[in-house]
Amino acid sequence: MCGIVGLYAKSPAIGAQLGRHAARMLVEMGDRGPDSAGIAVYRDPLAPGETKVSVHALAGPPDWDALAARLGREVPVLWHRVIGPEHALIAVGVDHEQAQAVVTDTLPEVEIASAGRSIEIIKEAIRPAEFVERFDIASMSGTHALGHTRMATESRVTTAGSHPFSTGGDVCLVHNGSLSNHNRLRERLRQEGIVFRTDNDTEVAAGYVAWRLREGATLEQALEGCLTDLDGFYTFAIGTADGFAVLRDPIACKPAVMAENDDWVAMSSEYRALAVLPGAEDARVWEPEPATVYSWGRTAVPA
Amino acid sequence: MTTATTTRTFDLADADVRELNAALHDPSCEGQHFRVLNPRGRHALAVGAVAHAIVDIEGHAGYYCAGMNQHAEIRVHGNAGVGVAENMMSGTVVVDGDASASAGATAHGGLLVVHGSAAARCGISLKGADIVVRGSVGHLSAFMAQKGRLLVCGDTGEALGDSIYEARLYVRGKVRGLGADCIEKEVREEHRAEIAELLHRAGISDISPEEFRRYGSARRLYHWNAEHHQSY
Repeated sequence: MCGIVGLYAKSPAIGAQLGRHAARMLVEMGDRGPDSAGIAVYRDPLAPGETKVSVHALAGPPDWDALAARLGREVPVLWHRVIGPEHALIAVGVDHEQAQAVVTDTLPEVEIASAGRSIEIIKEAIRPAEFVERFDIASMSGTHALGHTRMATESRVTTAGSHPFSTGGDVCLVHNGSLSNHNRLRERLRQEGIVFRTDNDTEVAAGYVAWRLREGATLEQALEGCLTDLDGFYTFAIGTADGFAVLRDPIACKPAVMAENDDWVAMSSEYRALAVLPGAEDARVWEPEPATVYSWGRTAVPA
Repeated sequence: MTTATTTRTFDLADADVRELNAALHDPSCEGQHFRVLNPRGRHALAVGAVAHAIVDIEGHAGYYCAGMNQHAEIRVHGNAGVGVAENMMSGTVVVDGDASASAGATAHGGLLVVHGSAAARCGISLKGADIVVRGSVGHLSAFMAQKGRLLVCGDTGEALGDSIYEARLYVRGKVRGLGADCIEKEVREEHRAEIAELLHRAGISDISPEEFRRYGSARRLYHWNAEHHQSY
């Protein structure tokens, strides 16, 4: 199982209440994935050369002020925001690659969930309904969001093993399905310098997309590459700084439904998660074709 | 055609799906009309109906809508999720919009009409029901279909009728690919009559029975042949 939701705001009104809508969608998909929940929200982009780093503590709530001060001795820390006792967002004045490297070296008591100019990821191994309450997801605004409810099959139920997965930059990925060639592919990608933090199959898909983008592929090319290089079942939703994309494997065992009206574009594992959106009953609703890349964004193909 | 005497309304904004289904499991609902409001993609709507009732679902339905139907006339005024009319025994199920994967899977009898398109595996393991799709169907439709008829006014995806038994397939548009042991067959007069009957029962009057081609089993996979196991 697992549940996926994605919401792209076309109108400012939806953007202002992005978290409220995404939270309702996520709770609706709670039955599909009670093990953990997570969300990536894109908003308030920093200037080029600056990065928001989403982190969570590995063992108990740390002293976030002390951590920010320690990090500040290595790189400029613009601000930090504590989201829950064990989750925080730290803005630094370096690009995302340097930010990830420095946070990894300087703050061993935390794990990085994302690093980019717009992306903010919160995820936790708790029930989706509890998740949206604890982190007050409903209060978040933004341009677009991807969420996931997990029913774990492949690897441990931990915060790091929850979705969305981001391996750098503003790209993240949520997945319903399972991959069968992830071990071999992970080794190949490690040789290319992609860093993996878990033994989770989805993290390998996120790493694959990140690697292809780093090597100059467009998002569309990277996702078409998934069709030949990934073996297994998947419906993916992929978030970028500009928008989001959807891809299903050629067999299309895993469900997906999309809908669009003048105010929003949305996708989910099931229609009932779209039914909570304003105007859903009159929206254009369709099922994405297998092995076909769908993408939305401010540019035709978000890069 | 059932003529309703009483109308019962189930607004799923308040009512539970179980209340609706329990009412449809009671044979005394014979001849009644059920209106289902605010379905909002809920699963298992109008499953297991046993009597000649009329059910109007006013919106999009979730998974397994109208499954195991006997006798009832069920209409979805919207799209239907995975497995609509799965294992239907008799009666009629009409989807005004699109149907997701496995529409009419293993259905034994009755008629399923999809006015939009149906996704992958439409009529998989069909056991005797009739399915009419106004639009197109996805890959692996009529996989291992044993009995019954699938009529597609649009196109089909890959591997149509893979490992098919005795179900009969009629397609008006393009077949992207035939599955193992599925071949095109001659359309004779009795087939044209059958196509006309299916179109008529589905309420489709603007398409000519002359425009369809017929597909079915080459009957080479019926019996396992150990001497030729490499050829399967």
